[in-house]
Amino acid sequence: MTRYIRHAAAFCILLLVALLVNTVWLQVLQAPVYGGNPANRRATIARYEQPRGDILVGDRPVTGSRDTGEQLRYERTYANGPLYAPVTGFSSQRYGTTFLEHVADPVLSGTDPLLAAFPLWTDFTRAHNPVGNVVTTLNPAAQQAAFQGLGARKGAVAAIEPTTGRILALVSTPSYDPAELSGNSPAVTAAWARLNDDPEQPMLNRAVRQTYPPGSTFKVVTAAAALDWGVVTDLDTRTDSPDPYTLPGTRTSLANEAKGCRNASLRYAFEWSCNTVFAKLAVDAGVDAMRGAAQGFGFNDKGLRIPFAVAPSTFDTHVDRAQLALSSIGQYNTRATPLQMAMVAAAVADGGQVRSPYLVERTTRRSGGTVSAAGSRPARQVMRPATAARLRELMTDVVTDGTGRNAAIRGATVGGKTGTAQHGLGNSGTPYAWFVSWAQGDADVEARVAVAVVVEDASARRGDISGGGTAAPIAKAVMEAVLRSPPRG
Amino acid sequence: MTKAGTGTTVAAADPPAPAVRLPRRRGVELALIVLAVLLSVYGYCAVGLARYGTVPPGAAGYGAGLGVLALFAHGAVRLRAPYADPLLLPIGVLLNGLGLVLIYRLDLETPGEEAAPAQLVWSTLGVGLFILVVLVLRDHRWLQRYSYVCVVAALALLTLPILFPAVNGARIWIRFAGLSFQPGEFAKVLLAVFFAAYLAASRSALAYTGRRMWLLQLPTGRVLGPVVAVWLLSVGVLVLERDLGTSLLFFGLFVVMLYIATGRTGWIALGLLLAVAGAVAVGRLEPHVHSRIGEWLHPFASIEAGRGPGQVAQSLFSFAAGGVLGTGLGLGHSILVGFAAKSDFILATAGEELGLAGLTAVFLLYALLVERGYRAGLALRDPFGRLLAVGLASIVALQVFVIAGGVTGLIPLTGMAMPFLAQGGSSVVTNWAIVALLIRVSHVARRQYDGRVAP
Repeated sequence: MTRYIRHAAAFCILLLVALLVNTVWLQVLQAPVYGGNPANRRATIARYEQPRGDILVGDRPVTGSRDTGEQLRYERTYANGPLYAPVTGFSSQRYGTTFLEHVADPVLSGTDPLLAAFPLWTDFTRAHNPVGNVVTTLNPAAQQAAFQGLGARKGAVAAIEPTTGRILALVSTPSYDPAELSGNSPAVTAAWARLNDDPEQPMLNRAVRQTYPPGSTFKVVTAAAALDWGVVTDLDTRTDSPDPYTLPGTRTSLANEAKGCRNASLRYAFEWSCNTVFAKLAVDAGVDAMRGAAQGFGFNDKGLRIPFAVAPSTFDTHVDRAQLALSSIGQYNTRATPLQMAMVAAAVADGGQVRSPYLVERTTRRSGGTVSAAGSRPARQVMRPATAARLRELMTDVVTDGTGRNAAIRGATVGGKTGTAQHGLGNSGTPYAWFVSWAQGDADVEARVAVAVVVEDASARRGDISGGGTAAPIAKAVMEAVLRSPPRG
Repeated sequence: MTKAGTGTTVAAADPPAPAVRLPRRRGVELALIVLAVLLSVYGYCAVGLARYGTVPPGAAGYGAGLGVLALFAHGAVRLRAPYADPLLLPIGVLLNGLGLVLIYRLDLETPGEEAAPAQLVWSTLGVGLFILVVLVLRDHRWLQRYSYVCVVAALALLTLPILFPAVNGARIWIRFAGLSFQPGEFAKVLLAVFFAAYLAASRSALAYTGRRMWLLQLPTGRVLGPVVAVWLLSVGVLVLERDLGTSLLFFGLFVVMLYIATGRTGWIALGLLLAVAGAVAVGRLEPHVHSRIGEWLHPFASIEAGRGPGQVAQSLFSFAAGGVLGTGLGLGHSILVGFAAKSDFILATAGEELGLAGLTAVFLLYALLVERGYRAGLALRDPFGRLLAVGLASIVALQVFVIAGGVTGLIPLTGMAMPFLAQGGSSVVTNWAIVALLIRVSHVARRQYDGRVAP
């Protein structure tokens, strides 16, 4: 019997060894595979186990976290959600993240290895990295001014600091409260469905993700090309341009809203937005000149990130001369985001230099120490400084005695350009009112702010829509807000 | 009983074992019990510290309760079984204490469905039964006389749940006055007693009578009949009740004890053959089993089908999440396993929060328990005692393997309780009874034996 008991014991040892070998295989060799299985909820649970880092505007957080005590523990909260929604995006346990919440997620959720003080030790103890904060470049006063200025109307505002590319304001209306999408409750599902079905598209970030025909504001680009390529050498010399202008190779004639455009000087044509003059100038300059200028300002750039992606603005370069003429007054296939048009204004204000706009000043640890700093990227010279100086003059004239008088600010030099972009089949849609501008306080050495405003107001009567009347006051409010704030180092 | 395996000579009785008087080692037992209680209290505090940053308010009560239970049990052993193996009781205390910690820890995830208090009550009953058995059962051979009472009781217990409604697909529970228990748990001890008694009495007849067929020495039907009938009846009842884990356990127990009693390898071969045939038949016919096998072969099939992870997949995720050192008590997410997290899948919590290191320790504790049972069996000289000790130890070994293998994906999952760890009153009480019987036989085994019949 003893022998058989020993055999049975050996069998038990065999069972134990099988168990141990299987456990080692499972817990050591298979651990990474199973840990990475998307159906394994542990990564998600870990993600929400600590409060998310904050997005800061003007050193104050515009986000927060709420302890729900549930399995996915911390939910995102937003202070002033609709105001900053185009910047923060949302962070939803059900629908993921967008905009800064998305691109800065490694820092905000604490997965960025740079956040760990002792990475190896953190790996060993399985401790979470502490989360980090994201400091934006936004100017809260400018943001507020733009949001209030747009009010109940549909539209967008983008404001940047010309000398650095810092984005000072990024507003889109109508907006939504991203807090409605935090969490995992049925209310979140309902809000998601409602926001997506809303014909007003509140979740569309019109400042960077929607392109509009820029209309007459694109004449800044056309003027830059004409001046840079020597098509016009003197702002006050009469140009050779008929009124109406028959588009080359067609019988279509182009007319003006303004009077006195026949053979008008560039100064007059810019001040009063003569379509015929600019169409003719573009045709004279040629498609290469126009493409060079437009792409220099950033049109057709599919790679722009601020750090989230910006919809590319387009300037069609495969065009005949009639199409070129239309393209150059901001119609045909020319489309621009408000941010792109703010970059155009900023380049004029900054001596012809274009800088990549950016929204994240730096990322920090919770304690305040910098993890990474963004800083200004190198500028590209898009036109000669002399051309930029002349454009400054033209834009200033628009505000002092042209169509942009609504944007004038006491104690500051303001340059602007109005635009009323027609769209829709046979121009049936309500036109978009544009205003692009920049401002430099009398005490400042350089321009402090460049703004682009677009208002697409379906409810207004068509006659009321105009860049000068509708959009310029909003731009003025934003510029004043920036000029009043102390300059940032 | 040290029979040579040649099969040609038969010794009527084993030669007397050398007269050795093993030290009592009661002090060692006491020290180990204190260590086991302290370890459990430490685990209990660790859960509270990890979850709330404070020692849980019940820690003192928990420690005192477990300590008092263990000391009473120790007292009983000192009084009536002073030569008993000093490791058995501390292992029981430690496993029971760890089980309470794990259930308390899982209770935190399921507010309103606390299972730890009930488990503590059942543990108290279990230790009570332990003390009763140690005090009352002066000689284990007394059980031999009542082996037929045991088998009748076992069969009655097994058939009783048929009268009660099924729970989660298995008809193995009896609900009475708000309590529910699994009679199959008690039945396995009774059946082990019966097998031991019957096989001890008729092992020579089983091994050497009857016709010889190829490798198999078939005993006469009169010798083999009763035991096979009992076994078939119990397995049949369990299959009817869909308690496949326990029927597997009974089968394994029967084969192991038959082999030890007769030394016939042919039985093992026949047993395995029957097991395979039975498994294939049941797997084909029974959809419940069929799905279990499917889940074993493809644990992630439901994920790929878009239905989310099943229980086995969640259990595998838990073990994988534990890694080598574990997440620490209270810090894992094994509750994702779902409704059986505290019972059949309690090992997943141990695997996730204690890691490979802790799990290995738990396995070694079971292995030690089994080894001590086998050792008592080897040291004993009466065939009934030997078979009883080895049978009881084998119950623990088989049960641990079947359930641990099931939740780690080694073998198909069969619903069974991890001895001492899992939530389940009847299981805890039964396991304390097993340890009590092992204490009794080890006392006899380790006491100086001078050739006279043990008292």
